[in-house]
Amino acid sequence: MKVLVPVKRVIDYNIKPRVKADGSGVETAGVKMSMNPFDEIAVEEAVRLKEKGVVSEIVAVSIGEPKAQDTLRTAMAMGADRSILVETDVVTEPLSVAKVLKALVEKEKPDLIILGKQAIDDDMNATGQMLAGLLGRPQATFASKVDVADAAVTVTREIDGGSQTVKLALPAIITADLRLNEPRYASLPNIMKARKKPMEKITPADLGVDMTPRLSVISVAEPPERKAGIKLDSAAELVSRLRNEAKVI
Amino acid sequence: MTVLVYLDHEAGAIRQASRSAIAAASQLGDVDVLVTGPDAAAAAKSAAAIPGVKKVLQVTDTTGSSELAEPVAALLADLASGYSHILAASSATAKNVLPRTAALLDVQPIPDIVAINDADTFVRPIYAGSALATVKSADAKKIITVRASSFDPVASEGGNAVIEEVALPAGPGGSTFVATELSKSERPELESARVVVSGGNGMQNEENFKLLEPLADRLGAAIGASRAAVDKGFVSNEYQVGQTGKIVAPELYIAMGISGQIQHLAGMKDSKVIVAVNKDPEAPIFQVADYGIVGDLFTILPQLEAELDKAG
Repeated sequence: MKVLVPVKRVIDYNIKPRVKADGSGVETAGVKMSMNPFDEIAVEEAVRLKEKGVVSEIVAVSIGEPKAQDTLRTAMAMGADRSILVETDVVTEPLSVAKVLKALVEKEKPDLIILGKQAIDDDMNATGQMLAGLLGRPQATFASKVDVADAAVTVTREIDGGSQTVKLALPAIITADLRLNEPRYASLPNIMKARKKPMEKITPADLGVDMTPRLSVISVAEPPERKAGIKLDSAAELVSRLRNEAKVI
Repeated sequence: MTVLVYLDHEAGAIRQASRSAIAAASQLGDVDVLVTGPDAAAAAKSAAAIPGVKKVLQVTDTTGSSELAEPVAALLADLASGYSHILAASSATAKNVLPRTAALLDVQPIPDIVAINDADTFVRPIYAGSALATVKSADAKKIITVRASSFDPVASEGGNAVIEEVALPAGPGGSTFVATELSKSERPELESARVVVSGGNGMQNEENFKLLEPLADRLGAAIGASRAAVDKGFVSNEYQVGQTGKIVAPELYIAMGISGQIQHLAGMKDSKVIVAVNKDPEAPIFQVADYGIVGDLFTILPQLEAELDKAG
């Protein structure tokens, strides 16, 4: 069984993003970049399925600038067998990315596509669902548990106020939520090995995909700052302030 | 222009977040709504009473199909020809379904909007709320989810809309609904509670986390948690407040032992009054708190309860 895992290169989640002075976007030059944390969970899940003997091959894909190959090397150091870099300098959107992935799915014919539920840069939470829609295949978003058996996958999903279980015929699309697993750190020997694993480089044009964004960014701004208030000495003073000053209790 | 709003309901009662989505939709044009599920008839009645709603589309389904993204996304795509915009409150359901609908319509969705500038231009947070992007859509139709805390909900009574039954298409198949497990709680819903008491890493463990309950009881509050508390297993992730959890904006938010990571602040910084109790005076939560107490929360918690009992 083959799994396709798309991964995105984003500003590291520990770094506070800075809005550019001209309001055109968020500064990425000279900023530490990493694999999107939800994509790490997706890679980890694929690797665990391979370790269980369910999966025989893991193909990592990234769509973006040439430096996205660092992210693919990380995916291969975690356990992906090979990777595909779809090079573009156009801003990626879930719709255009889903179209690229659809073309790759038709070529690679994976049984399972596991994605992170959301990229922490644009916070769209859409690519997996859109890929499933374009392919006309079943989807299970926000997965917290994945079980593959008999050409089907049973997925427990996080929903508001609890969880839901769905069963999907393969090929299927899964998006990973936080609690699915804890991704491993790549070991040094595996990082070395990953350098020798194959990476194919293509462009969206090779796949016949038009990347033109549908959303244009008019401006990007810092959110309004909230001011720090006052420090109090006692619970008594707090209750008194909440009652008489803020009037919220 | 007419806008279709896909509503969330619980046993027939329309969720407050969905009434916020109707408020957002009203800024764009006339409003029709869609309700689905086994209790769709009751939900349709509640929806028809919401002022400003013109027509309620009702899908009664007892098979579990309306719990699945595939048929509901197909239904919304079928209905889309009559509408300029399709909206829903940002919920797990809407995030599951609407992007799939958008793909079927060749549209780039616009998630989590916090403001509407015009029919094509919207403001939405990016980078966990560290920045606000104003984006203009070139698509003929817009597929949008709405951050409920940014729009005051419309009233729940006073309207008189017509109700129309529609059928759920089969969808592409391949997916089966197995079960839903909801955790039971007597407390108000996190996203619509007037007061939220949240615990973080400082609560130390699952047992201690329960110490927040007496305080929440006294305030009629919902209980929330930071990602650290969820990741460490103190509580399940339905309690999580933050960019990857629930976005809340109550009148009073009390953060106990929460340091205030960016991703947590993104989920609660629009609260009217923020109180923070933390033993670290440098904790970033104090930069957004209206009232802060530096100290041991296990000492302060019982004092707080005693004070509330005294004056109340």
